[in-house]
Amino acid sequence: MLRFLSLRLLRALLTVLACVTAVFVALRLAGDPADIMLSIETPPDVRAHYRELWGLDRPLAEQYLLYLASAVRGDFGLSFADDRPAFAAVTEALPNTVLLGSSALLLALAIGLPLGVLAALRHNRAADRLAMAVAVLGYAIPVFFLGILLILLFALKLRILPSAGSDSLRHLILPTVTLGLPLAGRLARFARTATLEVLGKPYIRAARGRGVMPLAVIVRHALPNAAVPLLMFIGIEIGHILAGSAVVETIFAWPGVGRLLVDSVSTRDLAVVQAVIVTVTIIMVGANLLVDIVHILIDPRLGGFSRAAGRPA
Amino acid sequence: MTTVDLPSVTAPAARPRTCAMSPVVKLSAGFLLVIVLVALLADWLAPLPYTAQNLAARLKPPLTEAGGTMHWLGTDQLGRDILSRMVFAIRSSILIAVMGTLIGAVVGTALGFAAARLRGVVDQAIMMAVDAQAAIPALFLALTMLAFFGNNIVLFIILVSVDGWDRYTRLARGLVVSEQESDYINAVEALGAGAPRVILRHLLPNIAAALVVQATLNFPGTILLETSLSFLGLGVQPPGTSLGLMLGEGRRYLLNAWWIAVFPGLAIFLTTLSMSLFGDWLRDRFDPTSERH
Repeated sequence: MLRFLSLRLLRALLTVLACVTAVFVALRLAGDPADIMLSIETPPDVRAHYRELWGLDRPLAEQYLLYLASAVRGDFGLSFADDRPAFAAVTEALPNTVLLGSSALLLALAIGLPLGVLAALRHNRAADRLAMAVAVLGYAIPVFFLGILLILLFALKLRILPSAGSDSLRHLILPTVTLGLPLAGRLARFARTATLEVLGKPYIRAARGRGVMPLAVIVRHALPNAAVPLLMFIGIEIGHILAGSAVVETIFAWPGVGRLLVDSVSTRDLAVVQAVIVTVTIIMVGANLLVDIVHILIDPRLGGFSRAAGRPA
Repeated sequence: MTTVDLPSVTAPAARPRTCAMSPVVKLSAGFLLVIVLVALLADWLAPLPYTAQNLAARLKPPLTEAGGTMHWLGTDQLGRDILSRMVFAIRSSILIAVMGTLIGAVVGTALGFAAARLRGVVDQAIMMAVDAQAAIPALFLALTMLAFFGNNIVLFIILVSVDGWDRYTRLARGLVVSEQESDYINAVEALGAGAPRVILRHLLPNIAAALVVQATLNFPGTILLETSLSFLGLGVQPPGTSLGLMLGEGRRYLLNAWWIAVFPGLAIFLTTLSMSLFGDWLRDRFDPTSERH
C-alpha cells in the first residue's frame, strides 16, 4: 500500500516535471525569452537586468535549473498587464474557477446520475431511448453554442438572468448550466453503462431473486459497486471541466483561470500563460492522484500491493 | 438481433453485429455527406464571395432581399451574406479538422507501433509523453503554444492534431503488443519477413478497423478544438473564415442580430452530433472490443 502510494506519487511528480520541462523547451524554441517576454519599448538596461535575473547569458543547463528553481517557488516573472507576480494573478482567479467547476459538477451529478440509472432500469424501453437521446444532445452541443443560446433566451429575451459578470450568485447560474449540461449528458451515458454492467452481476440477480425491490437493489447493491468507475470518470472529467471553463468564463466574463489564460494568450502575457499552464497541470495530476488514493480506500480488493487498474478510455 | 451468437473458437475480428443503420444513423450519415459536399463544392454553391461587403445591407435578418440578391440566412455587421460565409467556413473548418485528425492519427499510431515494437526505454519515454499529454487539456496546451509561437496556419493545424494523438498511441500500442504474440505473426516472422513487411502488410491491416473507429470518435473533439480556438479569436484569423470565428464575431451582435451566431453554431452542433452518432454505430459494427448495450 505504502509502496504503491510512493510509486504513484513519484509518477505524479515526474509528470509535473515533464510538463514544466516541456514549457521550458517550448519557450526556448520560440526564441530569445528576453525578446518575447518583454515588450518592444523595454529600455536596454531593463532588458540587460532581465537577462541577468533569469540567467539568459549562462549555459542552457544552468538556465534550466534556474527555471526549475523559480517554478518551484511559483515565480514565473511579472505580468505585463499589471506588473504584479504572474502567480498572484492565478491564485486570485483560481477560487472562481473552482466555484464554477464544482457547481457545474454538482449540477451534472444531480441530472446525469438519476437519468442514467433510470435509463438502465428501463433498458431498451421508451424511457431509456428518450433519456439517451437527451444525453446525446447534451454532450454533443458545443459549450460556446449552448452558452450563446442560453444568453439569447434568459438574458436577452426573458431578461431574468445576467449574461456577464460575477457580482452575485445569480451570475453563477448561466455559466454553471452551460458547463454542467454537456457534462450531465456524458455522465448519464456513463451511469447507464455502469449500472447495466452491475445489474448483470450474479449478486444483483440473487438479490432480485430473493424478492428485494428493484429500487432497493439499486441503492443497496448496485450504486456502491458503481462508485469506483464513477470516481474514475469524474477524475477524467476534471480535464473537460477545465477546458470548458476557458470558453465558458470568456463568454460570461467570469474572472477565472480559463479566462485569465485566454486573455493573457491574446496579449501574449507569457509569464501569466506559464503560471496558468503549470498550475493546471498540477491540479490535473493532483486530481488523478487523489482519485487513485480514494480508489484504494473504497475498493477493498486493492488494499494490498496490487496496482490500480487502468482507467476506462 | 435475430441470430444467436454461438461460442466459437475463431471469432472473426470484424464480424458485423448490427448491420442495419437505424433511421437516426442514416440521417447522420446523410448530413455528414451533405457537409462534405458543401466543403468540396463551396466555390459553386456560395451565392456570393464570402468577403463581399454591402454596407447598405448590414445586419439584415434571414430572408431579406438586398441589392438584387436574396440573403437566405441574413447578413452580418459588414453586410456580408451569412449563407455564403457559412459555406466557406464549413470548408475551412472541415479541412482543418480532417488534416488535424490525419496528422494526429498517423503520428499517434506510429508512436504506438514504435513503443510496442522497440519496448524498453523508447516504450517508457513514449508512454510518459502520453501520460503528460493526458494531464493537460488539449485546449490549454494549444493556447499555450499559440502564446509562445504566435499564430500561423501551419502551427494551428498541428495544434488541432494534438487532440487525441495519445489515444491512438495507447490504442495502437495495446493492439500491436497483443497481436505480436499471435501465431500468424510468429509464422510470418519465422518465414523471414522483415519488420517493415510485418508492420505494413500484417499488423496494420489487422488493427486498422479499430484505428478508423477511433479516428471517427475523435473527429468531433478535433472540430470542437478548432472551433473553440477560432471562437476565442485565437484560431483562424480574418479575412479567413471558420464556423468558430463566425460564431465568435456574432457573439457581439446577439442583441440585434441573433442569426450571425446561431446558424454557424447550429452547423457545428449538427456536425459533431452526426459524427458522434455515426462513430458510435461504426464502433458497434466493427470494433469487437467495444461493449454493446
